[in-house]
Amino acid sequence: MKIFANVPNINFMAQRKTGLWASGVLTLVAIALIAFHGLNFGIDFTGGVLVEVSYPQQVELEEVRSELGEAGYHNAMVQHFGSNSSLLIRLPPARDASTAEVSSRVLEALHAQEKGIELRRIEFVGPQVGEELFNDGGLALLVAFIGIAVYIMFRFEWKFSVGAVAAVIHDVIMVLGFLALFDIEFDITTLAAILALMGYSNNETIVIFDRVRENLRDERRMEVLDVVNLSVNQTLLRSIITHVSTSLVLIALLALGGATVHSFSSALLVGVIVATYSSIYISTNLAVALGVSREDLLPPQDKELDEMP
Amino acid sequence: MKPYASWKYVVLVLALVFGVLYSAPNIYGDDPSVQITMESGDPLPADFADIVARALESQKLVPISSGVEDSHWVVRLANTDAQLQASEQLKRELGRGYIVALNSASKTPAWLRAIGAKPMNLGLDLRGGVHFLLEVDIDEVNKKAVQRIITDVPAFLRKENVRYTGRREANGAAVLEFADAATLEEARKLVARNFPEYSLAVPANNPNQLQISLSQQEAKRIVDFAVQQNLTTLRSRVNQLGVAEPLVQRQGVNRIVVQLPGVQDTTRVKELLGATATLEYRAVDESDAYSAAASGITPAGTELFYTREDRRPVLLKREIIAGGDNLVDASATVDEQGGPAVSVVLDGPAAKRMYAFTEKNVGKPMAVLFKEREVVTNYNAQGVAMREHRDVEEIISIASIRGVFGKRFQTTGLSSKEAHDLALLLKAGALAAPVEIVEERTVGPSLGADNIRRGIAAAVLGMALVGLFMVVYYRVFGLFAVAAVLLNTVLVAAILSLLQATLTMPGIAGIVLHLGIAIDANVLIYERIREELRNGMKPHAAIEAGYDRAFLTIADANITVLIATMTLFALGAGPIKGFAITLAIGIVCSQFTAIVGSRALAQLFFAKRPLKDVPVW
Repeated sequence: MKIFANVPNINFMAQRKTGLWASGVLTLVAIALIAFHGLNFGIDFTGGVLVEVSYPQQVELEEVRSELGEAGYHNAMVQHFGSNSSLLIRLPPARDASTAEVSSRVLEALHAQEKGIELRRIEFVGPQVGEELFNDGGLALLVAFIGIAVYIMFRFEWKFSVGAVAAVIHDVIMVLGFLALFDIEFDITTLAAILALMGYSNNETIVIFDRVRENLRDERRMEVLDVVNLSVNQTLLRSIITHVSTSLVLIALLALGGATVHSFSSALLVGVIVATYSSIYISTNLAVALGVSREDLLPPQDKELDEMP
Repeated sequence: MKPYASWKYVVLVLALVFGVLYSAPNIYGDDPSVQITMESGDPLPADFADIVARALESQKLVPISSGVEDSHWVVRLANTDAQLQASEQLKRELGRGYIVALNSASKTPAWLRAIGAKPMNLGLDLRGGVHFLLEVDIDEVNKKAVQRIITDVPAFLRKENVRYTGRREANGAAVLEFADAATLEEARKLVARNFPEYSLAVPANNPNQLQISLSQQEAKRIVDFAVQQNLTTLRSRVNQLGVAEPLVQRQGVNRIVVQLPGVQDTTRVKELLGATATLEYRAVDESDAYSAAASGITPAGTELFYTREDRRPVLLKREIIAGGDNLVDASATVDEQGGPAVSVVLDGPAAKRMYAFTEKNVGKPMAVLFKEREVVTNYNAQGVAMREHRDVEEIISIASIRGVFGKRFQTTGLSSKEAHDLALLLKAGALAAPVEIVEERTVGPSLGADNIRRGIAAAVLGMALVGLFMVVYYRVFGLFAVAAVLLNTVLVAAILSLLQATLTMPGIAGIVLHLGIAIDANVLIYERIREELRNGMKPHAAIEAGYDRAFLTIADANITVLIATMTLFALGAGPIKGFAITLAIGIVCSQFTAIVGSRALAQLFFAKRPLKDVPVW
């Protein structure tokens, strides 16, 4: 399919200041959303009890709520899960009872009312475990950022490192903002999505950087800004096609993967859009703003040759 | 076009063969089976095949196979009804000493198993079962250790004729007080020589005080020992449950993971794992227990307890004739009246004490004290976790000693479930320190099956969509890309199977996601080929340039992603680790399949043909 017979020639860098400003503002909005609206953390992080059961027939939420209320669980959150006959019951970390027993008691209370219910899953997470997951996850993210930065510094240059890491952080914040805005549950599977997004976002950035490096070496007469523009245009098609193919599998996962991977696939669907954008307007843009020059990337022996009269 | 080195084709074919062979076990499915092992870990008796055959025949069950597989005896059956029947019958016939568990055995043919090909482990979220994370109460371990210092060191000093004026516990250390600094110095030297595992300090503001605490290594050793001992106890408790492929594993400093595939009744499992129940046999003091209970003053050498049945106060002598530590064996049984009872066998010293005691006290009452300690986490108004111990100490039976006995006897006064559980707990040994369940995950079998079905459906649809897109867009090269991604997926599955990695739902999501991302390497190459064509390169040269030039870009991108993934693998928690390893294997495989695999196909296809244009669009 000859959709694009020629390399597109869009002057991306003309809007580079606007792009950086817009990204800055959007990132602040996302941070505000996360800070004030908050993320809807799943029990993996907060601790608490989650019970999924399926009934032989449709079930009214109100009835179950009152059953649980009678059993003493007034703060139980009850919702349909996947279908009208499946229920998800959540309880915050218990304040007055031994937590490990709560799941058993909830099941007893439900069984008393309806014999035919089938247990789908129980999850109980003690608050200390959730807190650790939080800290370990944070540490892992931080070390991953540093690892990426060091490698790019070694293969390219520090200005590129800054750009790449900024783009990854931007993408993570934007997706977290999206999750906060739509109250999508953030559980351990969502965390996995964020980690996968880091990889994807980084991949997008490296592909452009690689091209910038190559063009800086080959097109000696071009201005840096033009080289960057050319590189972005040259890699644009690849970005779009990879984006489409990744989105296709995510849509498949969203449609057929079931409720447990909903947050995973929706977080990534948004993530890949953000990552495609940020690879142009944040990582590349920032590296340019920091003053990437041809000399930064030339192999040393080339420099010596240039200096000869 | 330069000819493509033939060794690369060989490598490719080898990779393909490896991938297909080692991923194949995953598609054979499972037979419902019953798995039998000796509780003691000893080899099965020589005529075991006959015993099993007779047991199955009595129920008219015909197994698909019955024999040793991977050091277990495995009986494969046609369906789950037959499996349940067979398991019930085998439990009855074999009796004690054997662990009979329901399991599913892979249908992988013998020749594949012979080369070490096995299906991936399915995580509990895919096969159903329970997962517990238990935390060993370290505070309790330390407290006990300090208690030991407070009894051992003064006893030692008394023997050495060094006088101390006081002893107490303060801030997790034992404190001894002395009349003067000279005595203290003498004591300090003696203690340092004889108890090298303790660290000693004299506070600056009080030169007559000796603080004795555990040295750092000793504290670590004690915790390690307690966790190890709990691990052993939990393992034997889990074995008693009759679960196939249980996992009991230490995690970190003071946590223990217990995973029981296929188990649904978590309430009972929880009770058994956390319980620290034990029995004590003590003499009854026949002075007035009611007035002791009312006044709170007990006669010297006695303690006050209540009976379980009618909460009646009873005074017991402090001295323990036999305790849980002295039990060699215990089993649930019925007494002469047909009521539930626990039959107990004592070790040598306790049997001697019991004999001596009963000989002198025929006709007098003896009590059985049931002791259980639970750890409970409560939350105060600020939501801060407060850990508390709840002790249950009650008298379950008082009986007159009817005759002299020693080693072997029965204890009554329990419900039949209690008798059963108590026998199990007594036999498996006591926990060295209390444990608390800090995480529980139970997945029903239907949800597990649903997850697998959905994961496969999503993968197939995803692959079909991406394949269609690729073929429409890149035509014949699209086919190469699809072939490369398929090979990639087969290789990932093969490596995960070979590593015996555990596949979970996030892992499946990772693999599906990877299908989309792995295409990227191919896209990079093809776009490059198009570009070179636009720049006026000849078709064959363009193909070669495309592959060559894209190589470094792909490598750079993959290495950075690999760095991120490996960090997560090293630092992340359990489920994240699985996801990270899946992605990492995928990335390494995609570097190979996109560059060597799809290039080899392109060479095969185009090298010998004169080309006017490359059919890449």
